Amino acid sequence: MKRLVLWVPLAAFAVFLAVVAIGLYAPSDRAVRSGLIGRPVPDFDLAPGMPGRPGLTSAALRDGRPHVVNIFASWCLPCRIEAPQLDALARRGIPIDGIAVRDRPQDLARFLATYGDPFRAIGADTDRRVQMELGSAGVPETFVIDGQGVIRHQHIGAITEADMAEIVAAWEAAR
Amino acid sequence: MNPLPSLRAKRSNPEGPRRQAGLLRRFAPRNDVLAVASALFLASPALADSLLPAAPYADVQLPDPRQERQAKALMETVRCLVCQGQSIADSDAEMAGDMRSLVRERIAAGETPEQIRAWLVARYGDWVTYQPTLQPLTWPLWAAPILLLLAGLWLARGRFRRRRRG
Repeated sequence: MKRLVLWVPLAAFAVFLAVVAIGLYAPSDRAVRSGLIGRPVPDFDLAPGMPGRPGLTSAALRDGRPHVVNIFASWCLPCRIEAPQLDALARRGIPIDGIAVRDRPQDLARFLATYGDPFRAIGADTDRRVQMELGSAGVPETFVIDGQGVIRHQHIGAITEADMAEIVAAWEAAR
Repeated sequence: MNPLPSLRAKRSNPEGPRRQAGLLRRFAPRNDVLAVASALFLASPALADSLLPAAPYADVQLPDPRQERQAKALMETVRCLVCQGQSIADSDAEMAGDMRSLVRERIAAGETPEQIRAWLVARYGDWVTYQPTLQPLTWPLWAAPILLLLAGLWLARGRFRRRRRG
């Protein structure tokens, strides 16, 4: 018994080393997920981000149809990378609602003219309040919201070709 | 919180312009390196920041000192979601400024710091607060010091007894 007790500190140290090694070698995930997945979308009312385009309200997200809400900005570089994928979604008949974070109409117009314009509506989140309200920690992020206005899915970062199936599946599931 | 973030960023090179000039001269024959370096330097602000001015209370204190003290204390325990290792009080990230403004405006509107913290935790998870809350997942964190202290006392007691006997 006493012999065994002598090994306890070494065993404890080995466990400690193992925990540290796993922590060091595991791929780091720095994404901050929204705590609102599975919960109703908070109330908001965003003015149009540019003339001739409707703004975005939480009421519009509860109209019985699923919604893909893309949080983006003209000053955000990864948003340019995901633009072709958003265009492809829009061509498939999946409407995209945009929330433009800290943006100006003239910059938005230039961005959409250069990288494509898949957006049905664009709300201007000038002070980032709605982004924070949704639990989004950066741009770009994409939320899939079902017809009752419940947030079903969050995609963090640019949508790449490989992420398309996941977004489409989440949208189909939200129908 | 730094009222002049751009100044601090510029001062970050401790050896000043002389060393920079030396670096440029050394790289001068390699135009490609210079081009890539300057492209990186020019591009980095565009990655993180918009062209709009900072939020109204990002770097402006509240007029009521008591409220400002409350807001500051809360800001020091809320994590910046961009830099992830700093509090929003310390961070120069634009989003941290927006979060500071949110905190100050809500305090000014009469919310308590703990209400604001709960609002943030509901959206960004426990990770956003530097102040661990007491819940099933974190109770070992709170109990460990007490358990270690008790174990130490028990060990010490055993040793004193043995010494007295010997």
